[in-house]
Amino acid sequence: MTGFGVLSLVTFFPLAGALFIATLNKEAKGNARWIALYTTLFTFGVSLYIWANFDKSASGFQFVEEMEWLGGSIKYKMGVDGISVLFVVLTAFLMPLCIIASWESIEDRVKEYMIAFLVLETLMIGVFCALDLLLFYLFFEGGLIPMFLIIGVWGGPRRVYASFKFFLYTLLGSVLMLIALMAMYWHAGTTDIPTLLTHNFPPDMQWWLWLAFFASFAVKMPMWPVHTWLPDAHVEAPTAGSVILAGILLKMGGYGFLRFSLPMFPVASQEFAPLVFTLSVVAIIYTSLVALAQEDVKKLIAYSSVAHMGFVTMGIFTFTVQGVDGAIFQMLSHGLVSAALFLCVGVVYDRVHTREIAAYGGLVNRMPMYGFVFMVFTLANVGLPGTSGFIGEFLTLLGAFKANTWVAFLATTGVVLSAAYALYLYRRMIFGPLEKPALRSITDLGYREVVVFTPLVLLVIFFGFYPAPLLDVTAVSVKKLVSNYEAAIKAASAMSVR
Amino acid sequence: MIYHAIVFLPILGALIAGFLGRVIGARASEIITTLFVGIAAVLSWVAFVQVGFNGETTRIPVLRWVTSGELDVSWALRIDTLTAVMLVVVNSVSFLVHLYSIGYMHEDDSRPRFFAYLSMFTFAMLALVTSDNFLQLFFGWEGVGLASYLLIGFWYLKPEANAAAIKAFVVNRVGDFGFALGILGVFAVFGSIGFDAVFRAAPGVAGKPMEFLGQQWDTLTVLCLLLFLGAMGKSAQFLLHTWLPDAMEGPTPVSALIHAATMVTAGVFMVARLSPLFEWAPIALEVVTLVGAVTAFFAATVGLVQNDIKRVVAYSTCSQLGYMFVACGIGAYSAAIFHLFTHAFFKALLFLGAGSVIHAMHHEQDMRKMGGLASKVRITWIVMLIGTLSLTGVGIPHLIGFAGFHSKDAIIEAAFAAHTPGNYAFWLLVVAAFMTAFYSWRLMFMTFHGTTRADQETYAHAHESPWVMLVPLLLLALGAVAAGFAFKTVFIGDGYKEFWRASLFEGAGNHIRHAMHEIPGWVGWAPFVAMAAGFGLSYLYYIVAPWLPALTARIFRPLYLFLLNKWYFDELYDWLFVRPAFWLGRLFWKKGDGAIIDGLGPDNVAARVLWTTGRVVKLQTGYVYHYAFAMLVGVAIIVTAFMFHDIRALFSGVMR
Repeated sequence: MTGFGVLSLVTFFPLAGALFIATLNKEAKGNARWIALYTTLFTFGVSLYIWANFDKSASGFQFVEEMEWLGGSIKYKMGVDGISVLFVVLTAFLMPLCIIASWESIEDRVKEYMIAFLVLETLMIGVFCALDLLLFYLFFEGGLIPMFLIIGVWGGPRRVYASFKFFLYTLLGSVLMLIALMAMYWHAGTTDIPTLLTHNFPPDMQWWLWLAFFASFAVKMPMWPVHTWLPDAHVEAPTAGSVILAGILLKMGGYGFLRFSLPMFPVASQEFAPLVFTLSVVAIIYTSLVALAQEDVKKLIAYSSVAHMGFVTMGIFTFTVQGVDGAIFQMLSHGLVSAALFLCVGVVYDRVHTREIAAYGGLVNRMPMYGFVFMVFTLANVGLPGTSGFIGEFLTLLGAFKANTWVAFLATTGVVLSAAYALYLYRRMIFGPLEKPALRSITDLGYREVVVFTPLVLLVIFFGFYPAPLLDVTAVSVKKLVSNYEAAIKAASAMSVR
Repeated sequence: MIYHAIVFLPILGALIAGFLGRVIGARASEIITTLFVGIAAVLSWVAFVQVGFNGETTRIPVLRWVTSGELDVSWALRIDTLTAVMLVVVNSVSFLVHLYSIGYMHEDDSRPRFFAYLSMFTFAMLALVTSDNFLQLFFGWEGVGLASYLLIGFWYLKPEANAAAIKAFVVNRVGDFGFALGILGVFAVFGSIGFDAVFRAAPGVAGKPMEFLGQQWDTLTVLCLLLFLGAMGKSAQFLLHTWLPDAMEGPTPVSALIHAATMVTAGVFMVARLSPLFEWAPIALEVVTLVGAVTAFFAATVGLVQNDIKRVVAYSTCSQLGYMFVACGIGAYSAAIFHLFTHAFFKALLFLGAGSVIHAMHHEQDMRKMGGLASKVRITWIVMLIGTLSLTGVGIPHLIGFAGFHSKDAIIEAAFAAHTPGNYAFWLLVVAAFMTAFYSWRLMFMTFHGTTRADQETYAHAHESPWVMLVPLLLLALGAVAAGFAFKTVFIGDGYKEFWRASLFEGAGNHIRHAMHEIPGWVGWAPFVAMAAGFGLSYLYYIVAPWLPALTARIFRPLYLFLLNKWYFDELYDWLFVRPAFWLGRLFWKKGDGAIIDGLGPDNVAARVLWTTGRVVKLQTGYVYHYAFAMLVGVAIIVTAFMFHDIRALFSGVMR
């Protein structure tokens, strides 16, 4: 087995950048920004290297690194497969955009801010690379710390309430997951994820383990009814914080289901699928309706995120290739689209300093470029064919229809509701006459903002027309995941018959 | 290559006008988009001849699209006769509308944007009619919906335009809800969503049951009905029609192109394209017939009393689409597409003519403020007259007439031959034909004849439109006259089988062609009588005795208000759907999220924790995240420590 390799590099390079920034003079704001940008760009380059050299035809873990760590069987082990590799790229892609988007809007404690983001990047990439339970857990929970700080230090007026709520919810999940983790180690004698993937846990134990992991992942997604921390966290977080929260952190729950719940506890997954379906469908309909009634633009987008994540959980638990492919694609697409939408909000928030929808109106009169960009992402959010938002939604529904027509039927109503709330928002903010005095002299996108939005617009449209670069990467791993699941279920039912 | 050009030239024009419009200027944008669509239109006629008469049928793969498991969908161009007919309709009308818009929109500041949208719409429509699988059909479907949304809301300063745009999109999405479910079902049943694979497997599935929403249904019936819901939305059929009249908020050329000639006919195209499925689902076809007949009748009743010139034409469109669906429902697909074809000419003509009137009247659309315009805008009057003659189906039965005569009467005769229960389809269509004649002539009389009701200033300044607008009108007028007898033989005549070939499918039980030969002679005269009566009554009401309409409205006031308010559908839907949605949203938000989830969960716990810490811990900083941070670090350390030591020993003690 190899030692320190490219995955460690992509994971820990941001941390190195953070350490370097820590040595800077407190006044060197510009330096901190530039170093953070270079660090994240380099990391992104490494992630592209990984993507380019990823073998799409292999189903196992690739770029595997293994080292002695805590003695005994707990090792430092990293590796990626078709399910995780694209999330590494997504994280590394969004980071430079976050740094650029914070260039002018963050003036206070720039150095610490950049450090927090870089540490966060290390922890998030680590989550998707870790092949050891303990290592995963440390990355998974550790990621919360910089996020707390980002919301708590650079957040809005009610940041204390928001970060407390965030903490309270995630604490519940992480404690349960920790106990489950220890039980798994106790039963299987290892924390090695590839080994655990083939380990057969007895059905009744699966039941408890599944629930414990579910508690943690459901909060992260977030699924209804443990979603209420998300709107508050988004509202209080600075723009880049929202981007990461919506773009990456929400995906960890979905990733967790795919990495742990489905392959390790297949029997329990099957048993709990109706529960997940119910919660997903409720999330899609309930939060879409709530989004319709919102008066705060960030809250609206946050609620719409919950609805979109409903498609993800639904897709995963259809146990079909299309459903799982769709769920992964939906997470990647939502990573781009929701990130872009929060960046869109950031643009006008930086200029007008309010998130109230009613304070805007007629922006297209003075901001035609902004109007165009916002339209593209609104349409992607609505899941219009030709945008990346459509592919994931469609595939998850395809899987859902096979699994249960009621679920597909109810979830498809989301198609109508998302159009209603998204276009209604767009109309209130962008169209109409520009009458508010505060908006009279508002300016269109600056060059830095154009730099941020251009890749997002292009990717969202490109993947809508040609999703193959993503779907091809996930195909083999997803196929294996689904066939393993089916085999496990067959074996379990044969056992119970006997 | 020619097909690539037909489909992709318009989007190229759209991209140039959209992104470079400000650089190259409005005039250049107009010329480029119009020219590109013009070339596509010429090529479409070439393709029409090649495919329709020389029997060429091809499938051109363009790009891989979605691959997941057994799902494998590509972008591809499917070229057969049905597609070729649609290519001609779409590109010809689009070209003429582009040309016309150069004149109509000449005062607008955002012309590059307008032309970009028009060309983008054209592309989406072309993608729709060339689609080779359900997903590309859906792409085109949503693409034209987007273009429609953008163009209805083109004058974004107007609140009504914005509201109408959203309404159009959302109501269409209700239809798409069914369409999408239909596609999901097709995939679940057939394991593919390519047309060829599905059509080939359809006979094997016919009559087999399928589980949907916990019930057993006939597979193809339920699939076809779901797909048809999409067609109802796009083609503004009864119950999902409410967006079409409001869509008239968009610029008039848009109404002509999208909301008369092309997009709204997509539903008819869909049913014809999917005839290899629908033919195996007789119950679904009966529903199509019923919905079509009811729409034809309903929309005509509303059209009788509208005062906005564009809305009259809009309801007329809705009604004519109903005719086409009846034809589909009874299996006379060729008649449906024939009417789609002729309708595109005369309805685009009527809309653009109405636009010419509106242009002359300085954006006045209320017919009560018009009248006596015939002498002012003579060419417009003549072409509108031709459009009206065509729409009302003027002609000598069993012989020759305007375009609408050939296609509409064919549908009415087929409806008789189909023998629906009580012959309801036939009678509803005949009554609708009577009303069509009445409201069409009412429009003509109120706009062009009698003494004017316009204010003196406007009337004095009323002027004929420039040639760039009149030329498209004249070309469309040519189509409205000749498209019927010129194409009758190949579309629905004896040679129709060689013309359509496999693009339209008729099941073994489809005897409509045969039955049409055996209808009694009076049936051919029925629409003629209805048309003549409608003209006569209209003449009486608006020329001979102009005081009659007001008197009638007074006597039958409840009925009049019922029709004037469009059967109160908007009010009903507002009360049934719009308000409850917002009410539920607020309820879930304030009560569900706020009072219940937060109240019992985090806020409750938070209140307790803060209360405790506030009293017990003196060293507190007041920042909750400090605690969070500290606790998390503590947890991490404890875990690491536990794991480092022998965890099994610890647990074996606890758990045994």
